[in-house]
Amino acid sequence: MSNKTSIFITTNKLDLQSCYDFVQGSACGGISVFVGTVRNSTNSKEVKFLDFSGYEPMAIKEMKKIADRAIEEFDIHKIAIHHALGKLNIGEIPVIITVSSAHRKAAFEACQFAIDTLKETVPIWKKEYFSDGEVWVNAHP
Amino acid sequence: MTHIQVLFFGITTDIVGENSTSLTVESNTSIKILKSKLIQKYPSLKNLNEFAIAVNEEYAENDLILKDNDVVAVIPPVSGG
Repeated sequence: MSNKTSIFITTNKLDLQSCYDFVQGSACGGISVFVGTVRNSTNSKEVKFLDFSGYEPMAIKEMKKIADRAIEEFDIHKIAIHHALGKLNIGEIPVIITVSSAHRKAAFEACQFAIDTLKETVPIWKKEYFSDGEVWVNAHP
Repeated sequence: MTHIQVLFFGITTDIVGENSTSLTVESNTSIKILKSKLIQKYPSLKNLNEFAIAVNEEYAENDLILKDNDVVAVIPPVSGG
């Protein structure tokens, strides 16, 4: 299934066009795209920037599992899941998911499945930096 | 005895103060027992929401038995995306 999936982790800037180009094809009736962006506040507190770290080899494996499951469970052609690590400023892009399919429903559903599952299983962590300190997201009850 | 490497990620690196450590545990130690040993050694781990354990880059169930040279990762709640 690897010719149908593109999995990538980088400390450089993610490239939306390459995620689009990977899934694009003449048999596709549509492409759904999810772009995660760094928000400027958490609980109305101003965020300065985020720092992402990951257990890279395992994160790649878990992202691949998600992509393979998406191919198995939804009627889609291709899926790309790319994630950035390191310091990201407000508005910058930590994650891009693109999915192509013959009909739009499958692409929408697979895209939602992929981002929801990524947030539960892929070993990547973000630390939020505020003007008065920093917080590991989700770490405490 | 079973010798393992333990990797820490996310908030656990701050709690433990290092990225990895070597550990020797009794033979036939399960993940469940390892978790309680880690909490004994690093009591602040209790303050976490929860943490998972991965062995050799795969999530491990509580009843898995550790083997010599396993690479164990302490996985606090993830927050990618």
